Amino acid sequence: MKLHEYQAKQIFADAGIPVPDSRLATSVAEVEAAVEEIGFPAAIKAQVHVGGRGKAGGIKIASDAEEASQYADEILGMDLKGYTVDRVLVEAGVDFVNELYVGITMDRGEGKPVAMVSTEGGVDIESVAEETPEAIAREHIDPAFGLHPFQARKVVYEAGIPREVAGDVASILTTLYDLYESRDASEIEINPVMITSDDDVVAADAVMNIDDDALFRQPDLAELEEETFSDDLEKKANEYGFDYVRLSGNVGIIGNGAGLVMTTLDLVDYYGGEPANFLDIGGGAKAERVTHALDMVFSDPNVDAVVFNIFGGITRGDEVAKGINEALEGFDEIPKKVVVRLAGTNAKEGMEILNTDLVEVEETLEAAVQRAVQNAQEVDA
Amino acid sequence: MSVLVDDDTRVVVQGITGGEGSFHAEQMIEYGTNVVAGAVPGKGGQKVHGVPVYDTVHAAVREEDADASVVFVPPAFAADAVFEALDAPLDLVVAITEGVPTGDMAKVYKRLGEVDTRLIGPNCPGIITPGEAKLGILPGNIFADGNVGLVSRSGTLTYQVVDNLTSRGIGQTTAIGIGGDPIIGTDFVDALELFEADEETEAVVMCGEIGGEDEEEAAAYIAEHMDTPVAGFIAGRTAPPGKRMGHAGAIVSGSGTGTAESKIQALNDAGVPVGDTPEEVADSIEDFL
Repeated sequence: MKLHEYQAKQIFADAGIPVPDSRLATSVAEVEAAVEEIGFPAAIKAQVHVGGRGKAGGIKIASDAEEASQYADEILGMDLKGYTVDRVLVEAGVDFVNELYVGITMDRGEGKPVAMVSTEGGVDIESVAEETPEAIAREHIDPAFGLHPFQARKVVYEAGIPREVAGDVASILTTLYDLYESRDASEIEINPVMITSDDDVVAADAVMNIDDDALFRQPDLAELEEETFSDDLEKKANEYGFDYVRLSGNVGIIGNGAGLVMTTLDLVDYYGGEPANFLDIGGGAKAERVTHALDMVFSDPNVDAVVFNIFGGITRGDEVAKGINEALEGFDEIPKKVVVRLAGTNAKEGMEILNTDLVEVEETLEAAVQRAVQNAQEVDA
Repeated sequence: MSVLVDDDTRVVVQGITGGEGSFHAEQMIEYGTNVVAGAVPGKGGQKVHGVPVYDTVHAAVREEDADASVVFVPPAFAADAVFEALDAPLDLVVAITEGVPTGDMAKVYKRLGEVDTRLIGPNCPGIITPGEAKLGILPGNIFADGNVGLVSRSGTLTYQVVDNLTSRGIGQTTAIGIGGDPIIGTDFVDALELFEADEETEAVVMCGEIGGEDEEEAAAYIAEHMDTPVAGFIAGRTAPPGKRMGHAGAIVSGSGTGTAESKIQALNDAGVPVGDTPEEVADSIEDFL
């Protein structure tokens, strides 16, 4: 789960990390009121869950009231990489002489969190990591002990952070790790930390992503969740609790288990088709879930044909067959051809109840995919 | 022969009184697994499917001489259950639980480095030695006894590939589902080491997927240390960057690492044929045998 910048900044501020004075605004009038209190220059920043907001025109610095109104009008309601901006953070501009990067994330290879510090702040840190990895100092953190202050100092000095602010930056880093650990963050980042001419440090941006699997013990953070979707189908999938990713092709794909569904996508591609989506109904799905899955894929206008691929372990073939029957029996005419492949637990029972007047059946994964690809090509032709 | 488990393995089921735990304990017993105990705090003294339940894993070890466990404990308590198993101590712990917080797993992973216990999972289907024992949720009937080892990050993909093998009469020594989470106990290299050392295993199937660098590390290990031939499959060739494809670990990062291409390339460079389809993987294995 991603937090918005304004939400993360509030958490950072509460923990004692210096942030600029700011107000959240959802209308031009609110932006105008906010800049009156904050003064100029003022940054107007779109609050959407996309990276590279600045480059995409979602962040502008206003130097007077007229500009503030103009930028507010431009940014509010704009489409930013598929997301509509419905709120902006209005923030006091910081007069900085230097920009730094600090962040903590999980190094999955090491199985440990890693703290990262760099003097190359204010830019795309992923490109820095790729092109000049030596520009980022790193320190692994023992999850049983946490980040010791000496480790924070070590990584800060190794990064070449100016001596005048090194202590403050190290202190921000230990605070960030405390938050990372106690709030179950998967990623926490300030890019940039701005250094002013008075050697003050200020968190000018804030990224905080929370481990979805840990939200059960972070109820206050779970409440902050404002999932925004660029896509109605992704929103619907989220409501049903499906793992779903929309893609650009025309073969709808439903299956059980991430690895098998990915494989089904890959085979659609291999046999000359184009996957329209990834949809994993998960383990042990009951009939109703299957019905929802088919509804979802049918309601995607790009889908011309569907392949349903189940290899039951926990999931039972008869439940799946029941769900498919129920989903399809409501139609006078099935809108899109569905190919079903059922294997594993209770597959035989499933095949016995599956209404084969409504669907096509194939025994193997390969045959099912090829048939669905062919069906889609026929519709397309 | 087998890797890690056989019909002598004495299994305790942690969470045996829960829905999943009870159902799969019964399935395991039916398969022939030597389930000797259950462990559920507060439920000691009961019996489930004829198996005595203890309040702690320690008691199960003391009273029933258990040496392995399968964890069917909800995510909030799963890490603690694994710590308990490590402390008991057991030789092998298989954690089926899906959705264990990554921060908890980081702590477990740290502890694993200090003890002799092997962990498989979490978020995995488990391990099976066909005809002897299964620890987990794998459907036993699709497996057959034979001489091919299998290691996979995905449960259902394991079933698919096993089906491709078994239907051609190719059986398995042991199949290990290592799980799709970012931090897991046993990884590809660990499993490949076990298969390389096993005299019965004449070929190995390795099913990977997008995300992380485990497959690349496995490729380096195969090139350097393995005489047993390996055939590979990588799921997620069509996955777009930045989107999580179901598994918490299956995400192609923005900087281009963890892609199917880089994994396939690394495996090919190590002399591992990577099938475009599960059928092609079975073809390669047939050629090896």
